[in-house]
Amino acid sequence: MNSDLNKNSLNRRQFLARSAKAGISIAAACSAGLWFHDSMGPAPSVETRSDAGLLDFSMTDQNPKMAIVRGSNRRAALNSALKALGGIESFVKKTDRVLLKVNAAFASPPVLSATTHPDVVSEMTRLCLLAGAASVAVTDNPINDPSSCFALSGIMDAARGAGATLFLPNPDAFKPFSVPDARLIRSWPVLLGPLKNITKVIGLAPVKDHHRSGASLTMKNWYGLLGGRRNIFHQDINTIITELALMIRPTLVILDGTTSMMTNGPTGGSLSDLKQTNTMIVGTDQVAADAFGATLLEKFPSALPYIGKAEAAGVGTADYRALQPVELSL
Amino acid sequence: MKIVTTRRICQIFFFIVFIWFCAVTTLGDQWWQLRGWPVNWIIELDPLVGLATLLSTRTLYAGLLWGLATVVLTIILGRFFCGWVCPFGAIHQFVGFAANRKKSVAAKIKINRYRPTQSIKYWILIFLLTISAIELAVDLIRSPATNRWLFAVLLLAVLAAVVIRTSRRNGMNFKKAALWFLIFTGLWLLLSTGLKDHQTSAASLQIGLLDPIPLVYRSFNMMILPLIDRTGLKLSAAPRLYDGTWLMAAIFMAAVLLNLLIPRFYCRFLCPAGALFGVLSRFSLWRIGKISDECAECHICEKHCEGACSPTTRIRSSECVLCVNCLNDCRHGLMTYQIAPSATGDIPGPDLSRRQFLAAAVSGAAVIPMLRVSGVPGSNWNPAVVRPPGALAEKEFLSRCIKCGQCMRICPTNVIHPAGLEGSLEGLWTPALNFRIGTSGCQFNCIACGNLCPTAAIRPIRLDERLGRNSFADRGPIKIGTAFIDRGRCLPWAMERPCIVCQENCPVSPKAITTREVFDTIDPGSRLIVAKADDFYIELQTAGLETGKYTTGDYYCAILSSSDGRLRRIISNWERGLKVDGEFPFDPPPPSGSMIEIRIRLQRPYVDPARCIGCGVCEHECPVPGKRAIRVTADGESRDRSHSLLLRG
Repeated sequence: MNSDLNKNSLNRRQFLARSAKAGISIAAACSAGLWFHDSMGPAPSVETRSDAGLLDFSMTDQNPKMAIVRGSNRRAALNSALKALGGIESFVKKTDRVLLKVNAAFASPPVLSATTHPDVVSEMTRLCLLAGAASVAVTDNPINDPSSCFALSGIMDAARGAGATLFLPNPDAFKPFSVPDARLIRSWPVLLGPLKNITKVIGLAPVKDHHRSGASLTMKNWYGLLGGRRNIFHQDINTIITELALMIRPTLVILDGTTSMMTNGPTGGSLSDLKQTNTMIVGTDQVAADAFGATLLEKFPSALPYIGKAEAAGVGTADYRALQPVELSL
Repeated sequence: MKIVTTRRICQIFFFIVFIWFCAVTTLGDQWWQLRGWPVNWIIELDPLVGLATLLSTRTLYAGLLWGLATVVLTIILGRFFCGWVCPFGAIHQFVGFAANRKKSVAAKIKINRYRPTQSIKYWILIFLLTISAIELAVDLIRSPATNRWLFAVLLLAVLAAVVIRTSRRNGMNFKKAALWFLIFTGLWLLLSTGLKDHQTSAASLQIGLLDPIPLVYRSFNMMILPLIDRTGLKLSAAPRLYDGTWLMAAIFMAAVLLNLLIPRFYCRFLCPAGALFGVLSRFSLWRIGKISDECAECHICEKHCEGACSPTTRIRSSECVLCVNCLNDCRHGLMTYQIAPSATGDIPGPDLSRRQFLAAAVSGAAVIPMLRVSGVPGSNWNPAVVRPPGALAEKEFLSRCIKCGQCMRICPTNVIHPAGLEGSLEGLWTPALNFRIGTSGCQFNCIACGNLCPTAAIRPIRLDERLGRNSFADRGPIKIGTAFIDRGRCLPWAMERPCIVCQENCPVSPKAITTREVFDTIDPGSRLIVAKADDFYIELQTAGLETGKYTTGDYYCAILSSSDGRLRRIISNWERGLKVDGEFPFDPPPPSGSMIEIRIRLQRPYVDPARCIGCGVCEHECPVPGKRAIRVTADGESRDRSHSLLLRG
């Protein structure tokens, strides 16, 4: 054999080694291809599974109660209303972790009453901590820029000053959630982050005119737990408010009608939109609280379809007088 | 400590200050958020921002006076800003060092040699400054027609210059000089009558395109920090979004990656601020140079030369960025920083011929008038460009905005975005409002952008002025545009669905969006003929209704051909019947065979253009997901009377 040729050609050992490497490469490529092979293509997207259930923080061992106190001092009115219902201790026990759901929807100062008044936030925080609550948190998912809303509305300072923590909504705090048998709240992002490990929920709502639904009271206040593009629910506002009231059963609702926004709601923006109605409502029945709240806006409860719908759904009673509310004047 | 170490510490210090100021330009209540930190300081230190706005506006706004400190120091010390302060320069120096550190000494010397193309940056400087100066130049040329005294002074100055030049140069005879002077004066007079004060020759400011400080601010504000928002280290409550940042990213990445080819590529070839410092350092007192000409020309001093200023031979002082690496590298201790000129001579001024100067100046003078042939800004202004509250009228705005992105960074709702080409090429990266993304519209009680703007392109307004209160009550609130309802997309207008989210969210009191209630007959698919009825119930002859569909509280029942015209709210319905609200019983119940209709109560929104301020909260909240059914355009904006929509009341 020619020695030159020999130099350039493979010997058997080299040939076998190279063949083995080539074989392994082919096998690796083919097995990777077959491993990832998908003959079907992507399936149509399915609704992501979500937690379902009710967020029940109500006091099951008590009958529905309600107190209506007339007076212009929010702190005093709140105190005497709670005293009339057996004291804060009958709702908030030691080691309870309390969440206050305020209305901080707009970046507007407290004087314009478009948001929960800071006095109510700080007094409720103080009372909860006095009753032995382990922690008090304050939250809302506002419409305007969240940090501006909490800062300008005075809620941030009031909450922190009284010892509560502020939970600003962030994308991770929203989880898809469904209300059983609901038509609208199905796999919808709900602000569940601040509800984690919470044992008591108290809704703090101002009394406001609302052009679409008629009034923004305690049930409408839960709108702030919705995330996502929640504005599409305005197509069926009465159903969404009813489903929200079904979704969450609060320990207490506090409806602050000290100053009511009679017109231009729910943003207001002018002192001429407001009226001193000097009433504080505290109760365990949201429907009853809203039925009474409607009268502060000079409306009949029957003119607010969601009150009837919520009553029919079993959330509470529109006939607030049936609860024999305690009525006091300061 | 070696002087090179001092320089490095100084660069790191200013880079950290820069990053810190970017990060704290966040509205919030944390200690690290905006708390009166002088976040514009590094922009203000950049004298090119000051000089360019001085040419375009003939004023030096507020903190831009800091630029004077840099100018004074540069005249004394040379280009210290480039080598010691500039955060963009620090990035380039670091990347250039990292990319080239393994190269051989010869290769390092080769990439750091002087290249004549480094003079491109002077062309860029002249081009950009002429753009800023065009209005001033036109005004000076027109002085014979407008201001005789000014003309006389200018003419005397020219005469003096000609006389001095002629007397210093013996070759030029006096007659010839006089002839030139007469021709010059004649041309001037001729031009002054021909040129008109016109918006095409109004000042524009394009320095921000390439000025390194606005460029690095823009890149960090709108690319780097939003990326950090997406990590665990959240700087903003919600991740920031900016429209069309691909071009900024491309330019930033290109500028940084070019260091792999040639270190400090941007500084050496492109940077207009570096060019300005090069010109200013022409008479600098202290310079890098050699103490003796007994130099072996080993070129080691050029190994790490950041400015590529050829210290081995005749050092080019205008290119020297005072990196002081040569002081460190010279093995013979020849290099020093001194007042005496370099022992081997130096070339103090930039390498720029008269012809190059003229070409750059003429292109700069022509570009804006050519762009403005389009009629933008002017009669062809784009109403889609909504400027922040306090923004000056478009022409003045364009003569001030340096595209630094500070307003976009501070905006609490992330509604201010860098414009693309919608406001013409001149308006690239200027602030425009995008109401679809971000956390809300332009906030009613917010004046952050104008109070941060380093050049007052957006004026620092007070809340009273924005809202038209107190001393501003007679002027009314600042309008940035007007909302228009697209009735073909609006749910209550076009689709028989209730909505009015826009009305609810309107922050103006009384609301600029009002509603009118209508009851539209809907088509349930079949004729609704009564079979039997009592006070609240109607049973129909045919089963055609969709069970439960009309129970939302928005549907009403109307009895046709009856004297009872009252509409009653439906509270429940099934396939062949319905029940109405208990408040008003049928009196009498409709007889069998009579017709009923189902009507939906709709509140249709209307915008009152007199009250609308254009904040765009309505557009942001509109539930029509893609193209919104209510949209804000700049029509009626108060910054330009020619854009007003309504007669003045």
